[in-house]
Amino acid sequence: MVWIIEVINMTILGLPEEEYIMSGNASCPGCGAALALRHVLKALGKRTVLVIPACCTSVIQGLYPRSGIGVPVLNMAFEATGAAASGVVAALKAKGKDDITVVGWAGDGGTADIGIQALSGAAERKTDFIYICYDNEAYMNTGIQRSGATPYGALTTTTPVLGKKEHKKDMPMIMAAHKIPYVATATSGYPKDLYEKVKRAKELKGEGTKYLHILSPCPPGWRYDSKLTVKISKLAVETGLWILYEIDRGKFKLSGPSKRLLDPSKRKPVEEYLKLQGRFRGLSDEDIREIQRWVDENWKNIEKMMETE
Amino acid sequence: MGKVIITTGNYSAAYAAKAAKVDVVAAYPITPQTSIIEKISEFIEKGEMKAEYIRVESEHSAMAACIGASVAGARTFTATSAHGLALMHEMLHWAAATRAPVVMAVVNRAMGPPWNIWSDHVDSLSQRDTGWMQFYVESNQEIFDTIIQAYRVAEDPEVKMPAMICSDAFILSHTSQPLEILSEEEVEDFLPPYEPPFDITDVDHPVTHGNIVWPEPRGDSPVGYMEFRYLMHQGQLNAKRKIKEIVKEFEKKFGRNHGDLIEKYKVDDADVAIVSMGALAAQAKYVVDLMREEGYRVGAIKLRVFRPFPDDEIREVTKGLKALVVADRNISYGYKGISATEIESALYSLEKRPLVLNFIMGIGGRDVKPEDQRKMIEAAFDIIETGELTKEAEWYGLLR
Amino acid sequence: MQSSSSLLEKLPLTPLSKPAKGAMGKTGSWRTLKPVIDLNKCTKCGLCWLYCPEATVIFTKEEGPKIDYVYCKGCGICAEECPAKAIDMVREF
Repeated sequence: MVWIIEVINMTILGLPEEEYIMSGNASCPGCGAALALRHVLKALGKRTVLVIPACCTSVIQGLYPRSGIGVPVLNMAFEATGAAASGVVAALKAKGKDDITVVGWAGDGGTADIGIQALSGAAERKTDFIYICYDNEAYMNTGIQRSGATPYGALTTTTPVLGKKEHKKDMPMIMAAHKIPYVATATSGYPKDLYEKVKRAKELKGEGTKYLHILSPCPPGWRYDSKLTVKISKLAVETGLWILYEIDRGKFKLSGPSKRLLDPSKRKPVEEYLKLQGRFRGLSDEDIREIQRWVDENWKNIEKMMETE
Repeated sequence: MGKVIITTGNYSAAYAAKAAKVDVVAAYPITPQTSIIEKISEFIEKGEMKAEYIRVESEHSAMAACIGASVAGARTFTATSAHGLALMHEMLHWAAATRAPVVMAVVNRAMGPPWNIWSDHVDSLSQRDTGWMQFYVESNQEIFDTIIQAYRVAEDPEVKMPAMICSDAFILSHTSQPLEILSEEEVEDFLPPYEPPFDITDVDHPVTHGNIVWPEPRGDSPVGYMEFRYLMHQGQLNAKRKIKEIVKEFEKKFGRNHGDLIEKYKVDDADVAIVSMGALAAQAKYVVDLMREEGYRVGAIKLRVFRPFPDDEIREVTKGLKALVVADRNISYGYKGISATEIESALYSLEKRPLVLNFIMGIGGRDVKPEDQRKMIEAAFDIIETGELTKEAEWYGLLR
Repeated sequence: MQSSSSLLEKLPLTPLSKPAKGAMGKTGSWRTLKPVIDLNKCTKCGLCWLYCPEATVIFTKEEGPKIDYVYCKGCGICAEECPAKAIDMVREF
């Protein structure tokens, strides 16, 4: 009976108690990425190797000789996550070690822009690893410059007056087009949903590349009071701006709060999300209408996709 | 005596990777390296070589994958040329600073534009500051033997620095010569099992590699970045000694010696010697023999290892010489031939040193015939007479 | 000139860091506001533990939450998300 009691004692809210994020790291107060990584590592556990390119998390680890992350981390050049992870996976295979999960943990820049080639190549080669993009929607680590994942209208230091003129690059769908076994979206404000998705990705070991994309609010970059990270994360989903879904072995399914948002009347208006963030202070009414239109169009596409299944 | 076949330089490199029992190959095709990786693919798919081959989508990814594999416990191999090597540049720095003992075959090819697939050494010499050891070889047998030796040096615990073995495009890569293949058992005897610089897959003792290090000792850290760079430098300096030991051991075991850091040919009683890198070093020996028959006191030096630079050996071997002809199949725009600048700097501390004539030749694969090398040597004898030496490098063979 | 060469000899070849708290120092010093939990109002729901990005909410089912003030950065998420409004962000200075 003792082992059953031990298992119960080791969880809080159904999540493992063990922390792999060390307190006192260099993340900003209220960092959505740190919150996400904390739960991602709970799902992955000890037998994990992280490959981390240049991004916020490179700095979050803190200074030598300490590291703020409790699993092995191979820091890597900005564009090379997919490739370096492929190398680690190949070495493990060559050595016959099959119980270690290799995970690329990269920002939106290192995924959608400079890192897209290596990721696409790794996915096409059916590299057996999990790639997780934590998306704070700009090159935050270098000071909030615009990336391909920056949303329409956002002010960044390289779109400081006019805001970004293009909509967000749809990385999850790009990865789905690679026909990989698992694509999922998540966000920091729904940690249990994120936890379950990472666990699912881990289950699909041996089937190729698994891709997760986590919307990670950033207090200094999105310009909001750090206490609002979870609230803003949830609002992104509740307005329908960020859609939670999985494409599990080709089968599309909405998750969590997104499930009931196919009905547009159930979606909160995008203003509720936008008005909390200083990066959207430059939006005109027309811009807001454009963003709403983009959200509605995304949902129409989801609907079409679900109909054809 | 192992199996002797007639084969190309590129296939020789593939046979060496196979004999060294590499665990992971990550490579991207580029002329004229392609047949190396094609041969390796064939070995693997036929079951003759047990390795994981990652068909990466660029050379930058090739080196990143080799680094990842190297620190996860795999002996790694890759190959490239010219633009592929240039694309890898960032990751060459990364591999060296990770102390990942990756071994790479570089088929020296001219940089574009314009496109040119023939040989010169600008591509690899442009990478001389990255921390990679560099070998320049003159024959297909030397490609094979040097790759084996390179694994031994690179993986040595006192070295742990990556190495590139450079061979001339088409002159060696696509030219068939006799090759004695060593068996995997023979090589296994010569190469200890692979030890990574650290094991990133050791989840019971997790480490983070590469997070921020201050410039100076500060906070918890008794050392700064500079100390780690110093260690890399020491690794290369240790390699100088190790290469000599390993070459001797290789000769004892397998009966062949292509030179260690340099190879001297009839230099001891010479007045003039010609320094070459790569395939032209072989031709230089032929020219020396012809000129000796005519009574010239001439010798040849093969600059075999460019990094770590054999400054002691250069000072030693040029002691009795009146002039040194440095034939560079490269140029550092705005100054002179790269090996000339390094050789001159090595000679600087000598009170008595030979005159150095620098010729820029063979750029973009322009052919350098024995008569051309002969003319360069004759120029050196003339200058000994007249004492008139131009400081600039002379471009040999323009408009011909 | 070799100074402290024995220190250099003991170094790993390439910098390897070990997991440790305080990789950026005692980050509690970053705060201007400090979370104070009123255990009388607290229902031990665990959400503060769930949402803390820094893992500085120590939570047990018996005693509920406790803040590690050495490292807590004072972001305010726990106070904002507490359904019982049991956490106040109090000015430290």
